Amino acid sequence: MGLWNLLMDLLPFEWAGYGFMRTALLAVLVISPLFGLLSTMVVTNRMSFFSDALGHSAFTGIAIGVLCGLAEPMWCAVAFALAFSLLFTYVRCKSHMASDTVIGVFSSTAVALGIFIATLGGGSFTKFNSLLIGDILSVEPGKIALLAAILGVVAVLWVCAFNHLMLSSIHPALADSRGIRVFWQEAVFSAAIAVVVTVSMTWVGLLVINSLLVLPAAAARNLARNLRQYHLFSLLGAVACGVAGLMTSYYIGASAGASITLYLALFFAVTLVFHKRRM
Amino acid sequence: MSVHRHEPASPGCAGLCCLRVENLGVDVGGAEILQTVSFHLHCGEITALIGPNGAGKSSLFKAVLGQLPHTGTIEFQRAGGNKTRPLIGYVPQSPAFDRGDPVSVFDFFAAAVSDWPVFLPVPNKLRARVRACLERVHGDGLMDKRMGALSGGELQRVLLALALEPLPHILILDEPLSGVDIDGERQLLDMLDEIRRTYDLSIFLSTHDFATLGQFADKVILLKNTVLRVGSPEEVLSSAEFQAVFHLDLGKGGTR
Repeated sequence: MGLWNLLMDLLPFEWAGYGFMRTALLAVLVISPLFGLLSTMVVTNRMSFFSDALGHSAFTGIAIGVLCGLAEPMWCAVAFALAFSLLFTYVRCKSHMASDTVIGVFSSTAVALGIFIATLGGGSFTKFNSLLIGDILSVEPGKIALLAAILGVVAVLWVCAFNHLMLSSIHPALADSRGIRVFWQEAVFSAAIAVVVTVSMTWVGLLVINSLLVLPAAAARNLARNLRQYHLFSLLGAVACGVAGLMTSYYIGASAGASITLYLALFFAVTLVFHKRRM
Repeated sequence: MSVHRHEPASPGCAGLCCLRVENLGVDVGGAEILQTVSFHLHCGEITALIGPNGAGKSSLFKAVLGQLPHTGTIEFQRAGGNKTRPLIGYVPQSPAFDRGDPVSVFDFFAAAVSDWPVFLPVPNKLRARVRACLERVHGDGLMDKRMGALSGGELQRVLLALALEPLPHILILDEPLSGVDIDGERQLLDMLDEIRRTYDLSIFLSTHDFATLGQFADKVILLKNTVLRVGSPEEVLSSAEFQAVFHLDLGKGGTR
C-alpha cells in the first residue's frame, strides 16, 4: 500500500490526491483482470446466464447471513454460492434438462428464498439496496488484499486447469475419452465464479456484475483468432474499461459499476463492427 | 459365436492383441438398449458396426469407452496375452463447434495433448509436436484455422489426428462418414487403411454407408440391441438378418 501511495503521488491528477480514489483504482486494477480472465471461460462454456443466477444466490446468502446475525454476512454468502454452484453443476451433469431450464429453476428459487428471508417478519428490503448498485469507493485496503489473493488463486487455477476446462466445455465426451474428469472441471470452475462474484458483489453491484463476466470475452471473441489473442483482448479490455469507468464516475458522479459496464458495452459494439467487416 | 462369461481364453484371441466384449448389456433409464452383446476386435483389422438408428451403436461405443455403466465384461488382451486397460482413441460423431469460438486447431490440439496452458505464448517445441501429429493425417496446413471454420472432412481429420496421439490400441470412430463428401470419404478411408497398416491397431467404426463396406472393412457387426450377425462384409450383407433389419438386399452385386 505504501508503494502504491508513492506511485499515486507522482500522478498530476486531482483525484490521485484522494485516499478513497487511490484505493478504488487499486481495487479496479485487481478486480478487472480477475473478471477478464473468468469471462473467457464463462462465454466459451455458455454460462453467462449461470453467473447471473449466481449473483442472485449470493444475495440470498447475504440475507441468510444477516438473519443469523453474522458480523460479516459475506462469508455466509460465499458458502451459499459455493453450495449453489456445486448443486447446479451436479444437476446439470446428471439430468437431461436443458442448461437454461436448470439455471432458471435455480435462479428463481434462490431469489425467492432471498426476498422471503430478507422480508421475514415485516423486515424492510431497503437495507439490501446498496448490494444491488454497489460502491467501489467503499472498498477497504484489507479487502483488496483478499481480492488480490483470489486473483492469484484463479491465475494458478488457469495455468493448471485451463486446457482441460476448455476441452470439457467444447466437447465433454471427447474430453472424457481422454481421461479428463469433466464433472470436476466444471465444478471447480463454477465454484471459482461463485467465490469471485460473491466477494466482489458489494463493490461492483449485483445488477451489473454479470456484465463484467460476459462483456470482456464477448468483445474479445469478435477479434480473436486463437486463445492467446482471446485472453489478451479480454484482459486488456476489462482493465481499460475498468479504469475508464472509475474515472468517468469520479468526474461526473455516476455509479462506477454502471460506468464500467457502459464502457464494456461500447468496447463490444466497436469490436462487433470489426467482426462484421472481417466476415 | 458362443462365448461364456469369464472364459479364460477364447479361440478367437489366441496370441493376438484383442478386445473381447462378452455378454455386454446396457440399461438406460429402465430401457434395455443392449443385451448379451459379444464380439472380438483384433489388431490391424477394421471392424464396421452397422445397424438401424436406435440400434445402440453409440451406446456400445460409450460402454467400451467406459462412459456408460454396463453389465458383462470388456477385456483387452495384449499380444503377449497379459491383460491391461486399453488406450482408446475416440473420434466423436460430427461434433458441432461454434463458428465464432476463438479456438484454433492448434489450441484445441495442444490443450488435449500437452500440459502447457494454451492461453500463454507457445514454445516452438509444442508447435512442432502438434504439426507432426497433424502431418499423420495430412492436415498440417490446418493448424492456424479456427475449429469452427473447418469443413466436415477437415474436422474429421483433425479429430482423427487427435485420437492417434498418444497412439491408441483401439481407434473408435462414430459415423465418420456422415457429413463428409465423396472425396472426403475416399481420403478418410484411405487414411484409415494407412493407419491400420502403419500402426497395427484395431479400428472400430459405425457407418450407414453399406456400398463402401466391402472395400475397407475386414469384419462387419450387425447390431440391433444385440449382435445379429458377425462376418465378412459379403456374408453379413447377404444374410437373412440384414435383409430383415433393413428390408434391403445388397448381397450380390450390390456392393461393388
